[in-house]
Amino acid sequence: MVFGRAIVWGSAALLVGIAAAQTLDRTGTLDLGFANWRPTLYAYVLWAGCLCWGQVLVRGEQGKRALFVLPAVLFVVSLVVFPLIFGLIIAFSDWNLSSPTGRKFNGLDNLRQMWADPFYWNALRNMIWYMLAIIVEYAIAFGLALLLNSQIRARKFFRVAFLMPLMLSPVAVSWMIGKSMLEPRFGPLARLARFFGVENPSFFESPEMARLVIMALDAWTYIPFMMIMILAGLQAIPKEVQEASRVDGATAWRGFWEVTFPLMLPVSITAILIRIIFKLKLADIIINVTSGGPGGATDSVTSFIFREYRDRSNVGYGTMLAMVYLLLIVIFMTVLMKLVDRWMRPQY
Amino acid sequence: MTDAAASPQIFRDSPHDRPPQLAWYASRLAIYGMLILWTVICLFPIYWTITTSFKMAPDVMKGNMVPWWDYTPKWLGWRSLGMSPDTITTESTVRAEFLGRFLNSAIISLTSSGLAVVLGSLAAYGLSRFSYRFGHMRNSDISFFFLSQLILPPVVLALPFLVLYKELALLDTRIGLILLYTLTVLPIVIWIMRDQFAGIPAELEEAALVDGLSIWGAFATIILPIALPGMAAAFILSLVLTWNEYFFAALLTSTYSNTLPVMVASQTGSQGISWWSMAALSFAAILPLVVIGIVMERYIIKGMAAGAVK
Repeated sequence: MVFGRAIVWGSAALLVGIAAAQTLDRTGTLDLGFANWRPTLYAYVLWAGCLCWGQVLVRGEQGKRALFVLPAVLFVVSLVVFPLIFGLIIAFSDWNLSSPTGRKFNGLDNLRQMWADPFYWNALRNMIWYMLAIIVEYAIAFGLALLLNSQIRARKFFRVAFLMPLMLSPVAVSWMIGKSMLEPRFGPLARLARFFGVENPSFFESPEMARLVIMALDAWTYIPFMMIMILAGLQAIPKEVQEASRVDGATAWRGFWEVTFPLMLPVSITAILIRIIFKLKLADIIINVTSGGPGGATDSVTSFIFREYRDRSNVGYGTMLAMVYLLLIVIFMTVLMKLVDRWMRPQY
Repeated sequence: MTDAAASPQIFRDSPHDRPPQLAWYASRLAIYGMLILWTVICLFPIYWTITTSFKMAPDVMKGNMVPWWDYTPKWLGWRSLGMSPDTITTESTVRAEFLGRFLNSAIISLTSSGLAVVLGSLAAYGLSRFSYRFGHMRNSDISFFFLSQLILPPVVLALPFLVLYKELALLDTRIGLILLYTLTVLPIVIWIMRDQFAGIPAELEEAALVDGLSIWGAFATIILPIALPGMAAAFILSLVLTWNEYFFAALLTSTYSNTLPVMVASQTGSQGISWWSMAALSFAAILPLVVIGIVMERYIIKGMAAGAVK
């Protein structure tokens, strides 16, 4: 017990000591010759380990229970909360990694710059378009799930085939479809378009078309995901329910809208919410296929910030944009979940 | 016969027992038509990539599609990767680079998925069985804390991590990427595993505790074997996500610990790269997951369906 307390506090003291020494070293008061912050990291890991071990020593059975959750909590806190705080500091500073001046606190300048940045607002507007595409994705996914759930042969083959797009890396998909199949001169899809009488098929010249193509590519990758969730929901509906509606004389069409669809609402909402979360991170395909063009028409917020860093090394401004985005997402998701909650409740 | 037809029919065949009618055939045709159409949409890009990797320049320009029918397969694309039959034995810098990236991807995705499954399963088990209080946070708050990480977009973390890793000398190292990837898949693992453990009756461990096992002993000997399929599902889903991850890898690695997606993406930018070798490279990059998708399909579906049905 005493030993347990001792290792926890001892390692904590060591961590604070090393961190202090490194800070002093960095500010120049002491010259200890640290090359990087690794020693502090090691001390932190040691402290985290001792904290877990100490729990068991100090609190016995309770500590053993805490030991299940503690490692994950420590891991997430150290990898999320700490960088987020650090990110907030960066967000309010003028910091260009390629300039030699280093970090300078500049207050609200980044916010002011963001307010006047048409490309950021454009990217946010594009995100709304991308969000709306989820409705179409959902309809297709539901249709496919219904097909897979009907009486068919070779169900396993079709399921594997439908699952395939999800397994492919977005980068490979960008090349395979975005660059190769949509090649305007001899890509197979351009050929197909010409076969249907389109004169000069070009997929990335007009902003609307480019955005549609990006939506389609992203939908192609993620429709299987929604499809599988909906399929799982369909299979959980007892067969008797549909049979009862058939016995009552409902046509297949009415049976679907008045029995199956309402029963599927909770699953549908879960699937759509998760899909929205994934959609908010959309970037890989855009970075690799259009890099935001033409004229920012396909930019998502993530790909815009990515290029802000890649092309201009503008860490401070980019982080501010990301923080604002996070804030918007949190507000959006909270409102959305509240709405869904309120809307769903009367049905139970 | 005549009076049998005249008398009112009492026993009718149910619709299932009658011979199929035209409408039935039509609906069958429609269903299979749509299924096959979508199968083509899903599989054609993969087919196109495979065949293109065996084409030569004129075949690509002419848009030939069926090997041995309108063009003769050549090893051109694979030769440029150093993986055709005649170059596989000789030295090749491209192949060495490819294998290096492949190894990076494999190590990073396997380790981070493994780490996420271990951390996530323990946390999910704890949350499903015991009640905790950290300050004023209770079980549901802790669960929400973990799951809320899911909405955190990668951009928010990317730039702070870039600076942080620079200071910690973790930039362009495998361990740096492993930590981040573990973080990104951890909420998904916890979500799947929480569901799994909730489905296992608590009486099982209670019996084990009465028999004198400790909490951890009961977890390791009783619960773990039962939860193993769920853990496999979580692991494979994490594997898919981490293998395909591009954003962090592109920002945080440069020369030494690049992953496969970064290599594929860096080739697309340059003009000199040819269709056939890009196709070969893309196909080699997606092949492991295509195989996993075919073999492990059951687990992937199980993992994704975990949250859907409660």
